[in-house]
Amino acid sequence: MINQTHLLSSVTELMEKACTMLPDDVHAALSQAFEREPEGSVARGTLETILQSARLSREHGLPICQDTGVPLVIVRTVPGPVMFAVESAVREALRRLTEKGILRQNCVDPLTGRNTGDNIGEHVPQVHFLPAHEATSIGVMFKGGGSENMSAQYALPHAGLGADRNLDGVRKCVLDAVFQAQGKGCSPGILGVCIGGDRASGHLIAKETLFRRLDEPNPSPVLAKLEETIVEQANSLGIGPMGLGGRTTLLGARFAAAGRHPACYFVTVSYSCWATRRARIELDDEGRISRWL
Amino acid sequence: MALIPLTSPLSTETARSLNAGDQVRLSGRIVTARDQVHQYLASGGNSPVDLGGLVIYHCGPVTIRQGDTWRVTAAGPTTSMREEPYEARVIRTHRPGAIMGKGGMGEATRAALQSEGCVYLHLAGGAAAFIARRIVAVEEVHLLEFGMPEAMWVFRVEDLPALVTMDAHGRSLHSDIEHASHEILKRLLNTPFSS
Repeated sequence: MINQTHLLSSVTELMEKACTMLPDDVHAALSQAFEREPEGSVARGTLETILQSARLSREHGLPICQDTGVPLVIVRTVPGPVMFAVESAVREALRRLTEKGILRQNCVDPLTGRNTGDNIGEHVPQVHFLPAHEATSIGVMFKGGGSENMSAQYALPHAGLGADRNLDGVRKCVLDAVFQAQGKGCSPGILGVCIGGDRASGHLIAKETLFRRLDEPNPSPVLAKLEETIVEQANSLGIGPMGLGGRTTLLGARFAAAGRHPACYFVTVSYSCWATRRARIELDDEGRISRWL
Repeated sequence: MALIPLTSPLSTETARSLNAGDQVRLSGRIVTARDQVHQYLASGGNSPVDLGGLVIYHCGPVTIRQGDTWRVTAAGPTTSMREEPYEARVIRTHRPGAIMGKGGMGEATRAALQSEGCVYLHLAGGAAAFIARRIVAVEEVHLLEFGMPEAMWVFRVEDLPALVTMDAHGRSLHSDIEHASHEILKRLLNTPFSS
């Protein structure tokens, strides 16, 4: 039986950790990038500052970025009343962490222009439930506005890029998205890409793939090869950390494929900044954290 | 490379003495302004702070009220390009000494920097805790009705490292890199991929 107090404290801890502690795989990728950039280069200096700042955040429990983003919450659970409990815990945790200064007030009413002040608004937060047979798991991602602005959706064929309806066309769109973003999405970034789907599902699936750790290979060999090619070619563009030049423009690319309508061929790119903030937990029957995933 | 000490407010002569690629160490009084403040100033709104010579910082900080004062926990730069439609007018009207943010700005801003004697300073995006440590005091806050991230915060900073990426001589490292990467992109688009 879920205990609301335990659940609230679990969700609050999950969100606080996601916002203040850079995932270890992202940290490792940034450290490797730092090693790759030449001594004395702007790229190396930028990565050094980034790593130093991430360390300060972790040690002092401070937000990794002042843009604490917009939360995306994915819950896998046995359908039932627990869903109401989780949704209410998510909203309360957001309020508390905003009050505590861990989360910035990032929800503006688009009609009045007023900031709601507590990160709660119409359709905010987005909590997605997926049915599961066993233990409840909750994943949260806080994605910043700057990188969200650099996300893009392409429809193939694309005459301007000479991109046809095939994987080479996909490659061209994704490289164009990296080029368009330059340093504005806070490179070195991580791309979530959905090939196919519809206008709405494309964006959601692209974003969800960003939950996959950088050291976790793509189960599809075709997509794995595409990921590798994109990272290599994007890094050859020379855009570099924060767009100031260098060898590291991407830390990784995460691809997923979704069935498409015969008339539609969308390529959706979700650009995530170096400060990719995500965490997942599994709960025990009473709502305590049983393990971090 | 030795960091050039820079104090805000700064004169147009100082701004003109800097070159794209220079690394500076910034101290003094700086003022945040992002989307709402830029739109407000560009449409003729009065600035509650005299911006002459100051560094305008594109930033929406996380701040916590502590009695009569405020503490800044995170204060990295936001994407400057969103202010491109407004910045040239803000520079010509309010004559700041520098604009500071991330990602660089476009042609209109570049022209205004050159004609008015102003520079663009770049900070590493997301280095929020690192930068917050260089903010030694919150001196004032104005236009809080725009919301905490969008208000005009007056900070005092000490020894904040920054890179001049657009100077008052018309040079922009951002457009240099954009042009160079575009040439590489064109080559990559013309080389088919085989899976």
